[in-house]
Amino acid sequence: MSADFSDQARDTLGAIYRNESRRVLATLIRLVGDFDLAEEALHEAMLAAMEHWPREGIPSNPRAWLISTGRFKAIDRIRRRARFDTALDDVVEKLQGEAFDPTQWDDEHLEDDRLRLIFTCCHPALPRDAQVALTLREICGLTTEEIARAFLTSAPTIAKRIVRAKAKIRDARIPYEVPPRKELPDRLDSVLQVIYLIFTEGYSASSGATLTRADISAEAIRLGRLTANLLPEPEVIGLLALMLLQESRRAARTSNDGEVILLEEQDRSLWDRAVIEEGRVLVERALASREVGPYALQAAIAAVHSEARAAAETDWAQIVGLYDVLLQANPTPVIELNRAVAVAMRDGAERGLALIGEILKRGDLQDYYLAHSARADLCKRLGRTSEAVSSYQRALSLARQDPARRFLERRLRELGVAVDAATHGSSPVRPQEPPPR
Amino acid sequence: MKYLCMVFFDEKQRNALSEQDSQKLIEEAFDFDDTLRKGGHFIAAHPLESVHAATTVRVRNGKVTVTDGPFAETNEQIGGFLLIEAKDLNEAIHLAAQVPPARLGGVEVRPIVEISRSDLQRPWSEFVMRSASKSRDRG
Repeated sequence: MSADFSDQARDTLGAIYRNESRRVLATLIRLVGDFDLAEEALHEAMLAAMEHWPREGIPSNPRAWLISTGRFKAIDRIRRRARFDTALDDVVEKLQGEAFDPTQWDDEHLEDDRLRLIFTCCHPALPRDAQVALTLREICGLTTEEIARAFLTSAPTIAKRIVRAKAKIRDARIPYEVPPRKELPDRLDSVLQVIYLIFTEGYSASSGATLTRADISAEAIRLGRLTANLLPEPEVIGLLALMLLQESRRAARTSNDGEVILLEEQDRSLWDRAVIEEGRVLVERALASREVGPYALQAAIAAVHSEARAAAETDWAQIVGLYDVLLQANPTPVIELNRAVAVAMRDGAERGLALIGEILKRGDLQDYYLAHSARADLCKRLGRTSEAVSSYQRALSLARQDPARRFLERRLRELGVAVDAATHGSSPVRPQEPPPR
Repeated sequence: MKYLCMVFFDEKQRNALSEQDSQKLIEEAFDFDDTLRKGGHFIAAHPLESVHAATTVRVRNGKVTVTDGPFAETNEQIGGFLLIEAKDLNEAIHLAAQVPPARLGGVEVRPIVEISRSDLQRPWSEFVMRSASKSRDRG
C-alpha cells in the first residue's frame, strides 16, 4: 500500500466525515434506538474506517459501510452489557434479526432519518433551550463548546441541557418519527422556531459587544436549507427566504466600529445581490402556495425592502398591505408595532405615532426598547423634541446590547442631551420576540 | 408503555360551571373512557373529590404527621387521573389532548416505571435506564 493512497484515504475520510457523519448518526439512532449508543457507534465506525480504508481501499458505498459497521459496534456494546443484564438479550436478538443491507437503501430512506432527527430534537415536550442545543449538537454537529460560545453560556450548562433532553427522550419515550400529516403544522412550527431562534441569536446577539455572529446564523441557514430540501412546505421555504433576505444585509447593518446602521441609512450597494435573488425566488415560491404563513409574509416584506435601490423608493403601501395580512395570520404586538412604523412612512409620522401610542397604552410593549425607540424617532421627526428625548431615555434603560445602547445614546446627543455613561448595563429585561426588521 | 395522565384544573372554575355544563363534561368524560377502551388504551380513570377532602400524611423519623389539604397549595390541583397504555409519548399526548376537563386546565403526562420484585437487587438509576431500553420499540 503506497503512502499516497493512505493520504488520499485520510482526506476522503475527512470529507466523508464532514458530509456523512450526521446522516449516518441519524440512521444509527433509528437502528439502535438510543442517542448515546448511536454516537458511540458512529465514533467507533469512524475509527474502524481509519484503520481499514488505508489498507483495504475505500468501499464503494462509504455511507452504507459506516452504517453497517456502526450497527455492529452497537450490537457488540449491547452484548457486552447483556452479560450483566439478561434483559438486553432480547434487544440484541431483535437487532440481529432485522433484515439489514444499507447498500440496498435509496437516499430517500436515509433522508427520512434526518427528518426524524430534526423532529425529535425539536419535540415540543423538550424545553426550548434544550431543543436548540440538541439541534445544534446532533444535526449540525457543533461541539458543546461551540454552542456555549454562540449562546454566551458555559459548556457545562449546554452539556447538562443535552443530557437532560436525551434522558427525557429515552424515559418518556419520545418516538423517532416524522409526525403524521394532521399534526405536521404544529410540530413544524416548533422546528421553524428553533431554526429562527438560532438565526436571530447570530443575527442580533442577545447581549454583549458584538451585534452579529455570522457563524451561528450560517448554521441556521444551512439547517433551513436542509429542512426545505427534506420537507418543502411553504413555511419552511418562507423561513429560508426570510433568513437569506436578512442575511443579505449583514455587511450594511453595522459600521466598521460596530455601530448599528438602520435600514433607511444603510449603504445598499453593500447588500448581497446574489443572496437577495435567491431569497426572492424562494418568497415567490412560498407565496404561490394556497396557505401563506407568517414566515413567508415576513420574507415578502423583506423582499419589498430589497427591491428599493434607495430608502426613499420603498413601496410602503405594499409593505403596509403585507403587514395587514401578517397581522391577521399572527396578531402580535411586535408585528402591530412594525405595521405602525410602515404606516408612518406611508401616511405620515402623526398617524404612526397615534398607533404606537395605542399599543403602548395597552401596556403590551412597555418593556420593549424598540417600541420606545420607534416612538422617539417619530416624535423627533415631528419636532416634538422633549417627548423624543424621554422616549429615547426609556428605550436606553431597556436596551441590553451595547451597539443598540450606543445608537440610542447617539440619538440623544443629536438632540442635545448629555449622556451619562453610568446608565450602562441597567436593565435585565429581554424582549420576548426577535426585534422587528 | 403506561402513562399516568394527571388532570389539573382550578376547582373554582370547575365549580363555577352551570349544572348543565357540568353534566355535559361528565358525560363527555365517560364517552372518552369508552373511546380509550375501544382503542385498547384504558387501564383506569377516576375523577377525584375536591381538595377540601384532601389529607396529607408525612412520616419523619417514624413519626406520622397528618395535615389538612393537598400536598402542594396551588391554584390548580389534581382533579382526576387516567392510567393509559400508549405506544410512545406522541400517542400519549394525542390521547391526553382529548381528555375533556383538559379544556379547563392541563394534563401532566408521566411515564410509569415498570418495576417488579425481581428488579430489586439493581441500583435504581441502572434499573430506570434498562427499563426504558427494554421497552423501546426498535426499528
